[in-house]
Amino acid sequence: MLARDDQDSLQRTPLHGLHVSLGGKMVPFAGYDMPVQYPAGVLKEHLHTRIRAGLFDVSHMGQIALRPKSGKVEDAARALERLVPQDIVAVAPGRQRYAQFTNADGGILDDLMVANFGDHLFLVVNAACKAEDEAHLLAHLSDDCIIDSLTERALIALQGPKAEAVLAKLCAESPGMKFMDAGPHKVNGIACFVSRSGYTGEDGFEISVPAADAERLAKALLDNPDVLPIGLGARDSLRLEAGLCLYGHDIDTDTTPVEAALEWSVQKSRRTGGARAGGFPGAEKILAHFDHGTSRRRVGLRPEGRAPVREGALLFADATGDQPIGKVTSGGFGPSLNAPVAMGYVPTALSALDTKLFAEVRGQQLPLTVAAMPFVKNTYKR
Amino acid sequence: MTTTLYTSDHEWLAIDGDIATVGITDYAQSQLGDVVFVELPKVGRALKKAEAAAVVESVKAASDVYAPVTGEVLEVNEAVVAEPALVNSDAGGKAWFFKIRIADKSELGGLMDEAAYKAHTA
Repeated sequence: MLARDDQDSLQRTPLHGLHVSLGGKMVPFAGYDMPVQYPAGVLKEHLHTRIRAGLFDVSHMGQIALRPKSGKVEDAARALERLVPQDIVAVAPGRQRYAQFTNADGGILDDLMVANFGDHLFLVVNAACKAEDEAHLLAHLSDDCIIDSLTERALIALQGPKAEAVLAKLCAESPGMKFMDAGPHKVNGIACFVSRSGYTGEDGFEISVPAADAERLAKALLDNPDVLPIGLGARDSLRLEAGLCLYGHDIDTDTTPVEAALEWSVQKSRRTGGARAGGFPGAEKILAHFDHGTSRRRVGLRPEGRAPVREGALLFADATGDQPIGKVTSGGFGPSLNAPVAMGYVPTALSALDTKLFAEVRGQQLPLTVAAMPFVKNTYKR
Repeated sequence: MTTTLYTSDHEWLAIDGDIATVGITDYAQSQLGDVVFVELPKVGRALKKAEAAAVVESVKAASDVYAPVTGEVLEVNEAVVAEPALVNSDAGGKAWFFKIRIADKSELGGLMDEAAYKAHTA
């Protein structure tokens, strides 16, 4: 329970008043007073997003412009490559890429999106990490870039199969965008940054909008009968079904991108033998993980029964429960699967699909199986 | 003649002689949100007052249901295991959890009547 003064010190997004007026149940999250659910409830909000469209306020996340002092966006890209194991130089104007800030031990400081806006890079980082990320950028990139924290902007995600048709009415260019396209667009006459991406496994968009216009835009989107407001509860169950990592849970400073099964996010140019191999914090360890493998790995887990297996549950190779072999890092009930789902870290030798494992829940050993992720097929418009 | 009493942990007990039918209150289900899983005690289990007796889970979180009194579990409601959403639709009725034989009726003294429970949740 938060003390009263802590409650009062919570920050509010530009959409706070709208959440309250929509009946949002407000909870503290990453220093913000955020809606965990609306009157429809987590289950309906989740299912609605998968069949129609959901609107999410993700304004608590950090938005940062990285402006090259030289005026050349390649120089900002090269500079950022000193902090992430991704190929940023190859991100074409109008495109976006998933990345991680790594530390000297190869662990993950935060995960982020990086978009090339032609004359600068646009970064979206996690709310809980944004102050540290900004300090990290200032400490390492100030010679090459102006680090411009865009605090006067809100961020609205519109996700689900109807997102394209809904946004098309307010932004004629948006249906022409493909997955991970990103750039400035007018939405309902407002100058926004729009990307075709999200955190649900569904097709959809994230719209960065000036704070002063955020409520007007959110209301215009919610006016469409296909759109419901969605809280943090369903945001979590949607991303879990999509097999997407939650920073601080599934990935953190103790996990490398390879252990986290995020190899796909590290392009060949930054790996051993690549044109710009290494040159990011923890490269020695991360490249060794690529070249020689790791002792543990993040996997998807499907419990056999109905009981959710939640974060922190210990994993065992057999039902005797002698020696834990790993731990669940995210777990809950997947409304679209109508079944429990989880992810966690296990020894690589036990990470093959269909490996039978056990999780300890309230003193019982519940059987579960290593399963492919995403648990629910994603519907990105590639 | 049954009497319904309430615990501060948001359970209700419908008492008929020395048998209590136990469930969670409508207020409790409204706070939990969509219930997706219910685990009940085994029939015959001897429960101590305040011991974790059942589990109710929403999409987001798991909550324990505590034994409101000491006694033996006589019967459990398999319907609520098969259809956890009953807890949301009829917490005070069809979604009862278990029946318990009350070992010591003096334990009922610490429970609330409906008016007191309403004040407790106000």
